Amino acid sequence: MTDIEPSPEEVEVLRQQLGDEAEEMGYHLNPDIGFTRNLVRGLLLNEGRYGYHSCPCRLASGERDDDLDIICPCDYRDQDLNDYAACYCALYVSDEVLSGERDLSPVPERRPSPDEREKTVKGFSAPAGESLSSLTYPVWRCKVCGYLAARDDPPGVCPICKAKAERFERFI
Amino acid sequence: MVLERVGGEDRGKITLYALSTCVWCNKTKKLLADLGVEYSYVYVDLLKGEDRKSALDELKQHNPKATFPTTVIDDGKCIIGFKEKEIKEALRL
Repeated sequence: MTDIEPSPEEVEVLRQQLGDEAEEMGYHLNPDIGFTRNLVRGLLLNEGRYGYHSCPCRLASGERDDDLDIICPCDYRDQDLNDYAACYCALYVSDEVLSGERDLSPVPERRPSPDEREKTVKGFSAPAGESLSSLTYPVWRCKVCGYLAARDDPPGVCPICKAKAERFERFI
Repeated sequence: MVLERVGGEDRGKITLYALSTCVWCNKTKKLLADLGVEYSYVYVDLLKGEDRKSALDELKQHNPKATFPTTVIDDGKCIIGFKEKEIKEALRL
């Protein structure tokens, strides 16, 4: 595979964009600019390789459906921010890390192992055994930020975190 | 599996499973280089097909979650993630 090395300008443009979006939604990028630039470079390399911003610290399969949960921001970011004050690769950090009250520590992988993932059924599906007859609309959950929407179909873009419709799951 | 070898002091067999895009993997590489030890590494994301599968099968024997970086010392001790203190201790440095 031949990678196209992103220019420092491209890296900086995306870093700024991600930083602005993060702040708007109450998230923070890692304040270590050199470190963050390296991660953003990885996102751009993965975009060139696969067509999407797959997590630079995880192995992408190259199959979009299999990699959906690790497209940045990943499905595991918010839980890891709560538990470890940073996401898995540490592109996003908590308030405590930003203010210097807390140091970064290694974040264990929360994503199921390759073998566990093979056993999981993919796609939108209603939870088994739920009675939906009393509800007017199904409820869709954004797997990135937890936003819930009661409507026939998930929104095209999550109004909270901007994740695409494909990141929603049927919740109720 | 094709491993890249980096020369240095012999502190046992050190194999680093890494991704070329991963910042923590590159921190681990730099640590091993700074320690001046001989080690081998493979960027699994740059492998395709059978090469990738065999590298992953080998990695899973040490780390079933197959995460990066994974540092394997003397085919036994396995350190998952960039853990400077643990790596130094395992190498008695």
